[in-house]
Amino acid sequence: MMENAAVAIEYRNVSKCFKGAGYNAVDDVSLSINEGEFITILGSSGSGKTTLLRMTNRLLDPDAGNIILFGENICDANPVQVRRRIGYAIQQVGLFPHMTVAQNIAVVPKLLKWDKERIDNRVRELTELAGLKPDEFLHRYPAQLSGGQQQRIGLARALAVDPKIMLLDEPFGAIDAINRLNLQDELKRIHGGLKKTFLFVTHDINEALKLGTRVAVMNEGRVCQFDTPENIAKNPADGFVESLIHSCRQQEKFWEGLV
Amino acid sequence: MELIQFAHRNYNLLLRALSEHIQMVLVALVLSVILAGLLTVLAMLFKRLGTFITYLFSVIYSIPSIALFALMIPVLGLGRNTAITVLVLYNQFILLRNFITGFNEVDHAAVEAATGMGMTRIQIIFKVRLPLSLKPIFVGIRLALVSTIAIAVIAAFIGAGGIGLLVTIGLETNNNNRILWGIILSVGLGLATNAVLELVEKRIKQK
Repeated sequence: MMENAAVAIEYRNVSKCFKGAGYNAVDDVSLSINEGEFITILGSSGSGKTTLLRMTNRLLDPDAGNIILFGENICDANPVQVRRRIGYAIQQVGLFPHMTVAQNIAVVPKLLKWDKERIDNRVRELTELAGLKPDEFLHRYPAQLSGGQQQRIGLARALAVDPKIMLLDEPFGAIDAINRLNLQDELKRIHGGLKKTFLFVTHDINEALKLGTRVAVMNEGRVCQFDTPENIAKNPADGFVESLIHSCRQQEKFWEGLV
Repeated sequence: MELIQFAHRNYNLLLRALSEHIQMVLVALVLSVILAGLLTVLAMLFKRLGTFITYLFSVIYSIPSIALFALMIPVLGLGRNTAITVLVLYNQFILLRNFITGFNEVDHAAVEAATGMGMTRIQIIFKVRLPLSLKPIFVGIRLALVSTIAIAVIAAFIGAGGIGLLVTIGLETNNNNRILWGIILSVGLGLATNAVLELVEKRIKQK
């Protein structure tokens, strides 16, 4: 573990209740995440994992508690400014269909008024980082890309202005198993090379334990356990985590039975 | 036969009616699109205002055109400008419905990504929603144009000239040829415009 690393993200007693719901989607969550960590948030649908993520770049505002990014309480900050400093990638990717790959990646640099040469260089660099050949892909439109390629460009776009924090909401959720494994490996490589703080939401326990330096398991709006993958596998904190691990082991047995 | 002879004799009259009509319709259309564009941006920024605006213009749209022209006379007087004002008012309902629906139906993921990347609401409207709504915007303009061509015929009753003048004078002088030519020109203009714009629309779709 990193010693003396700066705290990148801190959730202090964060709660969120959606209008008309009788319960908290996120319920009194407190977490402290160090710079450079790759945190996966694992939970089933309705666990509050996406809500927690979306509060981190102020797409949602908490009803109670505070979120502090590198010492700055973002609840008082301008949401647009907060978002421009944070990378954001989602399962549906959301590439702009009327823009080429190059234009898509260049969106935030343009918003920040970088000069053209700097943008062009950055776009090529990011396309390569995402594992695609710039000359082949930069002038294509999103409709001319496969799902996996789209998500690679989505990641490149999110990394465009070198954000210290990356939020990833099930980015590989709609991608086939083989491409998914490749993308997971590459995301790990990208993280290792960049020393950024990654926050990665998934409902896939294998993905969560494989990618995370630490894993936050969420259920019904609460964090049941926040620990390294090894400790979660060895010492599940409660019945819910235990049942997750158990379901995984069941699958293993199923495979053993087939082979 | 008689119709063709009439046209031959009154060639200039028909041509002038047609060109007056086209001018009136184009001016009304340009003003309508500008106003509807502004109102759409407002509606996107302020949801409640948007609901109110569309409701207001749906009420105006349901007023028979001859009554609305008559209502405007005490306010704006007779003539072309009054006619154009009324045409602009009518168009708002058609345009706003298409513009706002188009803007709202843009791929949700693109809007979510744009928001998450730090675009302001205005930037999302102009850089994401607008370029992705070209098709419904164009459909709205086509429908508005065709309906304006027809409603503008009525505007002759308040002295706006155009094709409608053929009809009104034809009625007064009991001249069926005039009336028929008025109908032929307005229907022909409407159909031709519609056909041309549908072709352009297909081009946009292919892009």
